[in-house]
Amino acid sequence: MNSDPRPLSPHLQVYRWQLTSVMSILHRASGVALAAGTILLVWWLGAASDGPEAYAAIQGFLGSWFGRLLLFGWSVALFYHLCNGLRHLVWDTGRGLELRSVYASGWAVVAGTVTLTLIAWIAGIAHWTR
Amino acid sequence: MRSPMRSPLGRAIGLGSAKEGVEHWWAQRVSALALVPLALWFVIAIIGLVGADRALVVDWVRHPVPAILLVLLLIATFYHGALGLQVVIEDYVDSRTLRFGLLIVMRLAAILFAARGIFAVLKLSLGA
Repeated sequence: MNSDPRPLSPHLQVYRWQLTSVMSILHRASGVALAAGTILLVWWLGAASDGPEAYAAIQGFLGSWFGRLLLFGWSVALFYHLCNGLRHLVWDTGRGLELRSVYASGWAVVAGTVTLTLIAWIAGIAHWTR
Repeated sequence: MRSPMRSPLGRAIGLGSAKEGVEHWWAQRVSALALVPLALWFVIAIIGLVGADRALVVDWVRHPVPAILLVLLLIATFYHGALGLQVVIEDYVDSRTLRFGLLIVMRLAAILFAARGIFAVLKLSLGA
């Protein structure tokens, strides 16, 4: 197999974390999380179409602390995947690939995710307590 | 694609070293582009429905614009999600048999959930 004992590239335990690689894997992780989250969307729509009892059940679940945690995680994953997805689409046009731009857009995505999540939840809570 | 009338260069151009995947790449980008406005609309709509009872939700879906956008959102989401999960499965699942099985199960599940969601929207919008 490998007779040369030098370290191979992605040795995660000795690999220094960078914004770029962390954001890359988070894009995939948030995508998988959103795919799982679509089940919640279908469940919600299905419950609404099934009748008041089914709808009360999912409303109870979404209103519980676990349901709210899921919704919060879903919103973070959505805003991250959305912002970073736009970053990828810009890259696909061949723009913004210099190291400086990659870091600048990376931090912009982080800021955008936090801002959009805050706006959404503040708006949601304001609407709810109105 | 296998037409002998095409030159070897003509067949290779745009295919990359893997010889496939260009359509997948494009489909992923186009569905991503469609999901940008759809996802933003959905989040805004959901914020408007926070704390709403079922009657309010039913009333909302009964209008054609939310119903159409919800159906489009479901199609684009499950299409984009299936394309993404396909790459994840292809990247991490080493066994050919397991990979093949998972890809089939994932695709069928995506179609099943999409159909369930679309049916719910149509039922709410057109029926009862």
